[in-house]
Amino acid sequence: MESELINALNEPLFNFLRYALAVGLLASLSFGIVGTYVVTKRITYIAGAIAHCALGGIGFGLYAKHEMGWQWFDPLYGAIIAAVISALIIGTVVLTGSEREDTVIGATWAVGMAVGFLFIKMVRTVTVNIESWLFGDINFVSSSDLWTVAFLGVSVLILTILFHKQFVAICFDEEFARSRGVNVPFFYILLLLMSAVTVVLLVRVIGIIMVIALLTLPAALGSRLAKGLPGMMSWAVFICSIFLLLGLEFSMRIDAPAGPSIILVAGAAYFGFLLIDKILGYIKSHGNK
Amino acid sequence: MASIEFRNVNFGYEKDKVIIENASFELEPEQSICVVGPNGGGKSTLIRLLLGLIRPWTGQIRIFEKGPESSRHLIGYMPQYLNFDAQFPITTLEVTLMGCLSSGSKIGPYSRKDRADAEAALERVNLGEMAKKRFSTLSGGQRQRALIARALVSDPKILLLDEPTANVDQSVEEEFHKILRELAEQISIVLVSHDLGFVSGWLEHVLCVNRSVHMHPTASIDGKKLNEIFGDNIVAIRHDHDCPPGEHIHHHGEECDHGK
Repeated sequence: MESELINALNEPLFNFLRYALAVGLLASLSFGIVGTYVVTKRITYIAGAIAHCALGGIGFGLYAKHEMGWQWFDPLYGAIIAAVISALIIGTVVLTGSEREDTVIGATWAVGMAVGFLFIKMVRTVTVNIESWLFGDINFVSSSDLWTVAFLGVSVLILTILFHKQFVAICFDEEFARSRGVNVPFFYILLLLMSAVTVVLLVRVIGIIMVIALLTLPAALGSRLAKGLPGMMSWAVFICSIFLLLGLEFSMRIDAPAGPSIILVAGAAYFGFLLIDKILGYIKSHGNK
Repeated sequence: MASIEFRNVNFGYEKDKVIIENASFELEPEQSICVVGPNGGGKSTLIRLLLGLIRPWTGQIRIFEKGPESSRHLIGYMPQYLNFDAQFPITTLEVTLMGCLSSGSKIGPYSRKDRADAEAALERVNLGEMAKKRFSTLSGGQRQRALIARALVSDPKILLLDEPTANVDQSVEEEFHKILRELAEQISIVLVSHDLGFVSGWLEHVLCVNRSVHMHPTASIDGKKLNEIFGDNIVAIRHDHDCPPGEHIHHHGEECDHGK
């Protein structure tokens, strides 16, 4: 069977596709690693809110670029700044425990998006395709994205190598970590910042709305397959890149946008796994009787 | 030199709401105690004070003649274990290794010595062969022992346990206390417990915490009487939240004084 993806990759005009694939595979590394922490620490919703907040920065970035003449300002930089700010806000609230956590998460989420939409609507000199930011569009992936993703991905990897044991400790048992003198607030905020940077990496490909699924589903599957966290991370990185490859192939075949196709593949694999797991468990328990 | 020393310690989380009031007691090295008291009476606060996670309003806490923050390495801690995520993929050895962490931990992975220490700690609680097994596959009793091993890795002089047997069945509890008894010969154990029946046989002292803090030698009271004084009282408060706690504080305090 021929692969539409491989055929398209050989097409000289399809530069963006090669970039998209490279960006995706590079980002898989950060997605698998950070996704593992996010899933085990159970902060998926915080990561989701951070991702949606990125729109605020994207909106500002587009406005700055087209209306204020900041030609150098890539909307992706805005996305990173907005994600980092929202991570700091949510993290501070969670750590001080002064407000209801979920209320603040929801508020940050909505305000971030509102700011984004308003800025985008204020851009009048060019037509902005909001959809491409919400749901991703691989036609916009460029070589400069590749550098941004590589740089941020390497930063996340270095932080993980340096502080993995502290991250594991706060994910598994925060109270004990505190008793050992680990600076829990510092590492918690650092983890949120790493999540913020990571979700932005694939904004071009997947868009901000669905990117959270690719952060958490590979890690969730990895947790079923591995005995320890390093194994879970390796599985998550591998599964994430497979989702990206299969999703791109799927999108080529049905001639549909890449973002939703990748998420559909990830969702189908995840729910399929859960179903098969249940069925096998049922057969096993009844077979023994 | 006292291993733990409290001098007129006062503490509360909010202004005007005292949780620990004028607590003074002293523990000799290798002396073990059981900490009892009703929920909300300040047991957990006492532990947090000991670990240096909170600072007293007034008064002084010394652990081997140093402040709690600078003597964290001397305390092995086993938190109350309630929210274990069964899907958390982590091996028993990885759990135990967390005991090697400290505020001055070097960056990068655990050292070879850390791994050797963690393996030795697992051997100490007879779990050596489970090191590579996933933590969630261990039985309730094995998990408790792994958490003890984690507290022992740093080779502490004091072992602090917060209701370690709150969620395990009785046979596990008996086995657990056997291990603690053996350990109590080498280091001092501070055991927070709701059940005095088990420990009254081998722990030398009981610390009653209910805002005020009183220490009693176990020898002066037999196990049955202790249960009568504290056990039932504590159980009543634990399960009947309509009880005005003030009554019990008073009653508790009185009985404590009688025991002296």
